[in-house]
Amino acid sequence: MAENVAWPPLSSRKVIGQSYRRLDGIEKASGRAKYNSDLIKPGQLWASIVSSPHAHAKVKSVDLSAAEQMPGVKGIEVVSPAGTEIQWAGTEIAFVAAESEEQARDAARAVKVEYEVLEHFVQDEDPKKVGSRLKAAGEKIEGDPEKAFKEAEVVIDGYYAIPALAHCCLEPHGNLIDWNGGKVEYNPSTQAVTSIQGDLARQLSVPAANVHVHMDYIGGGFGSKFQADRWGIASAAISKKTGRPVKVFLERSEEVVIAGVRPSAYAKIKLGASKDGTITAWESDSWASGGITGGGSPPLPYVFTKIANQRLTHNAVALNTAPIRAWRAPNHPQASFLTCSAMEDMAAKLNMDPLDFFIKNAALTTRPDTYIRQLKKAAEMAEWKKNWRPRGQSGSGPLKRGLGIGVGTWNGLGHASSCRTNIHPDGSVEVELGSQDLGTGTRTAIAQVAAETFGLKHTDIKVKIGDTAYPPSGTSGGSTTIGGVSTSTLKSTVAARQKLFDVAASALNVQPDQLEAVGGKIQVKGNATKGLTWKAACQKLGVTPISVTAENNPRTLRQEKLADGGTGGVQIADVTVDIETGVVKMNKMVAVQDCGLIVNPRLAESQVLGACIMMICGALMEERIADQVTGQVLNADMEFYKLAGIKDIGEIEVHMEVDPENDARGVIGLGEPPTIPGIAAISNAVANAVGKRVPRVPFTPDHVLAALYGDGRNS
Amino acid sequence: MSSTKDPNPQELSPKEQRGFSRRGFIQGIGVSGAVTPALLEQEAAAQTTTPAGVEGPSAVPITLTINGKPAKLNVEPRVTLLDALRNRLNLTGAKRVCDRGTCGACTVIMDGKAVYACSVLAIDAQGKQITTIEGFAMQGNQPHPLVAAFVEHDAQQCGYCTPGFVVAAKDFLDHHPSPTYDQVKEGLGGNLCRCGTYVGVRKAVLDASKTMKAGKGVKHG
Repeated sequence: MAENVAWPPLSSRKVIGQSYRRLDGIEKASGRAKYNSDLIKPGQLWASIVSSPHAHAKVKSVDLSAAEQMPGVKGIEVVSPAGTEIQWAGTEIAFVAAESEEQARDAARAVKVEYEVLEHFVQDEDPKKVGSRLKAAGEKIEGDPEKAFKEAEVVIDGYYAIPALAHCCLEPHGNLIDWNGGKVEYNPSTQAVTSIQGDLARQLSVPAANVHVHMDYIGGGFGSKFQADRWGIASAAISKKTGRPVKVFLERSEEVVIAGVRPSAYAKIKLGASKDGTITAWESDSWASGGITGGGSPPLPYVFTKIANQRLTHNAVALNTAPIRAWRAPNHPQASFLTCSAMEDMAAKLNMDPLDFFIKNAALTTRPDTYIRQLKKAAEMAEWKKNWRPRGQSGSGPLKRGLGIGVGTWNGLGHASSCRTNIHPDGSVEVELGSQDLGTGTRTAIAQVAAETFGLKHTDIKVKIGDTAYPPSGTSGGSTTIGGVSTSTLKSTVAARQKLFDVAASALNVQPDQLEAVGGKIQVKGNATKGLTWKAACQKLGVTPISVTAENNPRTLRQEKLADGGTGGVQIADVTVDIETGVVKMNKMVAVQDCGLIVNPRLAESQVLGACIMMICGALMEERIADQVTGQVLNADMEFYKLAGIKDIGEIEVHMEVDPENDARGVIGLGEPPTIPGIAAISNAVANAVGKRVPRVPFTPDHVLAALYGDGRNS
Repeated sequence: MSSTKDPNPQELSPKEQRGFSRRGFIQGIGVSGAVTPALLEQEAAAQTTTPAGVEGPSAVPITLTINGKPAKLNVEPRVTLLDALRNRLNLTGAKRVCDRGTCGACTVIMDGKAVYACSVLAIDAQGKQITTIEGFAMQGNQPHPLVAAFVEHDAQQCGYCTPGFVVAAKDFLDHHPSPTYDQVKEGLGGNLCRCGTYVGVRKAVLDASKTMKAGKGVKHG
């Protein structure tokens, strides 16, 4: 079906590349947009969760007798029956559904669960205490690290630590579900409208065709919302039993604990270099946890992968904490922090400007030209030469200013996507995909691609997404959405346009290949006088709309030059640290981002700005604190699981590397790439300011002061 | 807290002691200390209108004035204004995010002041003028200048925090019609965003302050 297609040449694009406002902007900002957590169905029940307070325990009994007698209770589903071994606090034991949310909460409290409490372990930072929880993931050796370290003129030894974070999506995980007469109406908050249909169907043992998924908006996912999850399955079961729709969305205290964790990462890193600043040897012993199954594994050394001599070990730590979920650019922000921090420490020991040091070692990356160009551009934007001082030389007062560099890379490309285009005889156009708009602007981008093909305005296109009635499209993860949906939309709209050309050609007495669609007309190429208005051309369809479904081929997107991956990015942070209070203040963050063909510059820049802000949160505030005494998460709310506010972020400046060469690569997703370098950059800026490495993220006053005046390792 | 579980009668006024069920009422639902004064107030008010009645813990009829119109509903005294809006009145522009007065996603304006609807009891909001995002965001198909400015400056991504931000910004501009950039950063510190849209929000609020003063809408198309 789908012929070879190409992006229209840069010079002739009318709609792609324009900074249009997001199409659903007013709906969302005015509060009219209905998220699935906003929906209420007639007769629906509300479900509340009974959770284990213990991090490691065996369920001895679950007594529902009191709960069943509570007012309004209609159905209870036990998901962790007697005999179940609980591996993290917050594990769902049962779901209780009642006529009102308040009644459901009351009844959940009335469920009596007896546990045999087992020994738990929830802290992974000290490998000596981890003992049998450590699982070696192997050793990797390249070159001759032993010899290289012996011969190295300068060697540094460092320790760096980054804790587990919570996704903390503002719209909690959950769904409204209605299982009635063999059909399941499913309204989840999901990054995977198409694939969650099969996930749910499999777990409910119903045909996927009997599950209908719908979601117009999602209030944040960041990698944590791909599955139906226990709440999906349990609420479905209650719905089936009661014949009523059931709504379950997690409380914040549950959301922070069980619905999304980014793995931690810790590493002892040794670097060897020659006096001229060339890195010759790398050694790292890293460990990380992602819950009971282990998890996190940062790719080290990061970006500077071609260091000639390397020895690496990694250990996975099994903890009694909730399992990890993918978090924007899984493992990359951690790897960037670990690698770039060690590099800045080496530059400091060499008495070398880190900017020069990073540039010098760009040869050890797979794209030296990109990184050198970006380092120079970022330095210019941050006024590096003017503002940077050697480590520890930031003046005599308590306020110390520092600058630091971070780098990142991400692949991306595009997921499998199928798109149906309908051109109606009245001239209206629908473009349908089983995709989702995470707030990245997917709807708007699809409309722009379709409008470009048809020579229409982007507001003329009705984009229909978020429903399994539309052709399947991939999950929104790994920055693959734009590469997926834009290319399937291009293929589908080009094929639909061809059908319209066929009809219009006979009316105009020309060959279809002589036609073009521009400025709201179907006309002979270059001849505006010989043509039909879009509407008139569509009227020639009679009573039968054109409907064309076409899919992309994710394996050939790169060779077709439709989509690409493999971006580089550099960010520089400029901070001021008060060494008396330990408070770190952001002055400025600059981001230079490699990219491909940009469908909408305004929305692309928003991705980079948002990523920088998210990383400021991660660098300065966020940490999931698990308590070894109780086994519980201590900051399972938004008062103590801290996010930056509007005042905390300083100024942010973004430079997108939009140029003809990058444009020729095709589209590249930007969800992950700009989230990577920020924590590394801030880490290095803090070290530069205070004259000493603060080894532990986040750079809260206690961690800064501990590094300055304590044992330098931990608070 | 625990003191409300076993209140010392000496601490209660004679009028309060008279209600035979109020102790039972408080014990029955184990309300927190922070909630109690509001309940007492409400109970006193209810007693003047329904002399025989002691309200709660089951649902009681209340009337809220929302966006200039009365809304009658039955809620338990413990139901927050936010849950009354979202779960009973289908006014879902205010979002439930932290549910503990931290994030601002549920911001509404009550008697000319921005409040977190998750931290106000519905019964306590009686007699107050409550403005939600639905009350001003759109005039027909025309967006309020703040809504238009949020869209213009792309001050939203997932959008879940956005209505709360717009309401907080409206209240802020009602009290600071000509803010400086620094005042905007200070004044909107009560709202949190996870996608990272603050750069756009700063610009949007400054921009909207100018168009609102000039009496014009931000051009939108």
